[in-house]
Amino acid sequence: MQEAMINKAKQLLADGIVDRVIGWKRGEFVYDITPAIFETAEELEKDFVYDDFTAANVSKYLVKESKKEGKILAFLKPCDTYSFNQLIKEHRVVRENVYIVGIPGGPKLDAEKIKEKGITGILSVKNENYTLKIETVYGEETMPFYEAVLDKCASCKSKKHMIYDELLGEEGDVLDSNRFDMVEKLENMTAQERYDFWREQLSKCIRCNACRNVCPACTCEKCVFDNPDSGIENKAPADSFEENMFHIIRAFHVAGRCTDCGECSRVCPQNIPLHLLNRKFIKDINTFYGEYQAGEDTTSRAPLNEYKQSDCEANIVHERGAE
Amino acid sequence: MQRIGVFVCHCGTNIAATVDVKAVAEALGHEPGVIVSQDYQYMCSESGQNLVKNAIKEHNLTGVVVCSCSPRMHENTFRKAAASAGLNPYLVEIANIREQCSWIHKDIASATEKAIILGKAAVAKVHLNAPLTAGESPVVKRALVIGGGIAGIQTALDIAEAGFDVDIVEKQPTIGGKMAQIDKTFPTLDCAACILTPKMVEASQNEHITIHSYSEVSDVKGFVGNFTVTIKKKARFVDETKCTGCGLCTEKCPMNKVPNEFNMGFDNRSAVYIPFAQAVPKVATIDPNYCMMLKTGKCGVCSKVCSVGAIDYKQEDKLIEQKYGAIVVATGFNPINLDKYDEFAYNQCPDVVTSLELERLMNAAGPNGGTLLRPSDKTHPHKIVFVQCVGSRCDDSKGKPYCSKICCMYTAKHAMLIREKYPDTEVYVFYIDVRTPGKNFDEFYRRAVEQYNVHYIKGMVGKVTPRSDGKIDVQASDLLANEQLHIDADMVVLAAAIEPDKTARPLATMLTTQMDTNDFFTEAHPKLRPVESATAGIFLSGACQGPKDIPETVAQASAAAAKAIGLLVKNSITCNPCVAHSDELMCNGCSSCEKVCPYGAITYIDKEFKMPDRTVAIRRVASVNPAVCQGCGACTVACPSGAMDLNGFSNSQIIAEVDAICK
Amino acid sequence: MQVNENKEFQPLIVAFCCNWCSYAGADLAGTNRLNYPDNIKIIRVPCSCRVNPMFILRAFQRGADGVILCGCHPGDCHYTSGNYFTRRRMTLLFSMLDFLGIERDRTRVEWVSAAEGAKFAATMNEFTEAVKKLGPNRRLEDLRCRKQ
Repeated sequence: MQEAMINKAKQLLADGIVDRVIGWKRGEFVYDITPAIFETAEELEKDFVYDDFTAANVSKYLVKESKKEGKILAFLKPCDTYSFNQLIKEHRVVRENVYIVGIPGGPKLDAEKIKEKGITGILSVKNENYTLKIETVYGEETMPFYEAVLDKCASCKSKKHMIYDELLGEEGDVLDSNRFDMVEKLENMTAQERYDFWREQLSKCIRCNACRNVCPACTCEKCVFDNPDSGIENKAPADSFEENMFHIIRAFHVAGRCTDCGECSRVCPQNIPLHLLNRKFIKDINTFYGEYQAGEDTTSRAPLNEYKQSDCEANIVHERGAE
Repeated sequence: MQRIGVFVCHCGTNIAATVDVKAVAEALGHEPGVIVSQDYQYMCSESGQNLVKNAIKEHNLTGVVVCSCSPRMHENTFRKAAASAGLNPYLVEIANIREQCSWIHKDIASATEKAIILGKAAVAKVHLNAPLTAGESPVVKRALVIGGGIAGIQTALDIAEAGFDVDIVEKQPTIGGKMAQIDKTFPTLDCAACILTPKMVEASQNEHITIHSYSEVSDVKGFVGNFTVTIKKKARFVDETKCTGCGLCTEKCPMNKVPNEFNMGFDNRSAVYIPFAQAVPKVATIDPNYCMMLKTGKCGVCSKVCSVGAIDYKQEDKLIEQKYGAIVVATGFNPINLDKYDEFAYNQCPDVVTSLELERLMNAAGPNGGTLLRPSDKTHPHKIVFVQCVGSRCDDSKGKPYCSKICCMYTAKHAMLIREKYPDTEVYVFYIDVRTPGKNFDEFYRRAVEQYNVHYIKGMVGKVTPRSDGKIDVQASDLLANEQLHIDADMVVLAAAIEPDKTARPLATMLTTQMDTNDFFTEAHPKLRPVESATAGIFLSGACQGPKDIPETVAQASAAAAKAIGLLVKNSITCNPCVAHSDELMCNGCSSCEKVCPYGAITYIDKEFKMPDRTVAIRRVASVNPAVCQGCGACTVACPSGAMDLNGFSNSQIIAEVDAICK
Repeated sequence: MQVNENKEFQPLIVAFCCNWCSYAGADLAGTNRLNYPDNIKIIRVPCSCRVNPMFILRAFQRGADGVILCGCHPGDCHYTSGNYFTRRRMTLLFSMLDFLGIERDRTRVEWVSAAEGAKFAATMNEFTEAVKKLGPNRRLEDLRCRKQ
């Protein structure tokens, strides 16, 4: 796929259809893949990467990139197209300035999961019949492919592109995922158990802001957490309250807009399952107000920006089961 | 540095009996920024107000907190007092220590403690109050009435009577609406045309009224006092200014087999037509769907016979732009389509008709000259069955959940008129309930039953089957006698539910007014503001707001006119300064605020910004029209970045109150 | 709030009331001398839809033990639709707080009209009792804000 993408990018650059390309390049390690801008065929040849570790969603970068002069080529995985659509809906990207090539998505690999198996010094990976062959500085190791898959890919919601100008590879389908299983499991716990679970998780937060910085829904010109006038500005989680506050407000701000791309959990250096907060909102919205998938289209109203007279009362939360 | 004055009221003993007012004044005197703290027996009295005024002047106060009764009671009093002493009235805050403290607590210690906390919250808030100035916005002294039925005509006449110019926009070639099609009116049984047509003429002759017939509203911009409306005048292919309404063209037109919508399709009209004899304006219109000249370029008869040369086949739709201060919506209603009601055989049998069709069949200007004959064979019907609530009070998706309100009365009217004119005709009415609230309404219905022997049967009609012998078999249940009935009727009349006109929904979007799930316009308050929409400057007249009979429609039309006049007499309107405003530098342009604004007060503009890196960027940012915003604050929470804030109830003010209370 | 040995726990409760219905309802409760606990401190907002989830969290941070939000009954909103948005926002927020294991009885939404003074007082009595039972808010407080 990487070869086909480089060729496509070179051709579009040569034909003058696009002026720049947003793709990915490798960092220090083989699994360290970050989005990057390419302007020439040479740069593409040299650094462009698309492999099993390329999970980063580039949609958010297009908020800034699409406002620059000229047109940019973006390779979007199915999950990324939801984010991009949502950004179009919120007028955050200039659609005309982006040429979208849809590419097949994951499952992508999680280097952390490989390392958890005690495998370090990774040089390259290869998927052979769902066995992951890992070449390391210490020799070759193997592990089952699916045990190394990113959580967000393990519960993939769709292999279908919501928007594109052109497709590379075959179009997939919207999947019947099991993504709410964990939310449900938590819901079935007692309040004390849930409290303990989240306290343990959120107490790990170091307020590095990675979740916010990667989130394609968090594109505010100025984030409330950076704004001294907002009344909730804070930088370090000095108290457990602030850990809660930050994550509740962040989840609330993206409620109804979050496409469940899973980037927040992927980038969290502390491995906090942040996507569960977003999925809780998505699950509640689906239950209370009807199925809604943010980013599925560019026109529908976000659930929090509309209402029905017949909506359930807020106290439904109190009536649900015992504590 | 803030210089805040605190004034604690005893309210006689109303507050002082359970709150130690001296202690409150003492405690609040120590709050940051407070430089004077006093108590007084009656702060709202003239001497109490003078105390406040003098303190403002003497201490050069920057904020005032009055600890007294509810702000709903005296906030304005103290704001005015502050203004007269030269302090911006919006720098006054009230701490409610009567209704929400002294009156509900008995223990002096705890009530005093609570009063101090409430006072501290008010002090904390007033620290952040900004001086606000109410803006003014001019009012264009012209009204637009959308819809030329009886509601629109009455509203226009009343507004014109008050001396203001009014335009009526009517989509049909003539004004008059549904009432023009009605034969007689309940409960007086006077002829509808006899009372309506003089009003139509009056409207056409009034120097203040302009009628745009055969026209539609295609765009609305602006806000209360200052709407800009684009009206599309559809091409009628006849020069309105030349046509005398002589009708010669309509007689000579060779294309004379066009179903006549005015008579509900029971007879035909020509392709060039005047809807009915008393039409206003009495001007011919060419129907482009049928005119041979327009369709094929061959004919031109009307042009030849027209002595004034009014026919213009090249006429095109014309857009007119006009400014208005107020808009009245009077788009009216239609009976619902009965295609889905197979059980009543409406589409299979010509002798099954709707009540509105019956109006035409009985009308002297109708297809049979006023003699009631069956549409199928033009014979006199001897047994007529009326079915009530066809599509009204209906749980399923076929019909409407509401009561159409007018059907009970017009059915009683029809039954009575038929029995009066044709005593040999038996009349059955099947009903769920008979609803006759209204002046002289129940008496009217009882006359139908008692004096005219109309057979009222509580029960539902299950099936209507046309028979080969021309009779109609009506199967029904009599719920009171608990038996099944079969009636071999000659005619069946269906009281079809009424629904808002289809043009209402797109119009509501243009006007940014609210509608309910049934597409009726929503009034600003269901009890207290029944003729205003929630959008300032838009008023509701007639059945567009809900099912109504003629007297109610006229009453509401005049009420809407009164409200519109109340707006038009003002040279300018004072805006509420406690409105939302957006910090453009923080605005994402995401449109969330626009979506939750019930007033359409928020628009988006592309604005040039000098960015910190010295480049110029064009950004999409929200802009609040302070003349339209009512200050609910829905947008402030919908805004993810916190760019949107509300004057008088800003984020920081409310947070300061929270902090003060929780301290 | 403190738990004193010889005094029962007195929760601090913040009530956000919309100006047109619930605040007027609270006034009516006062006019009719209908008692409710002094634990309740009311903040006036133009409409229930003005209440940002941030305000509610802020109250808990600073030591509130319960937060109640009162607005016009659905369909009666002075601004026609504000409380419908409130309803969705608060449903989701409360559900999230519950999901995080924060006692659900610390938060509530009630619709109180300007005529329902008795309902206002009864609601506040009930809510205060419910929060009293839960004891002090420990799961969503800021220790730095705790009173000594």
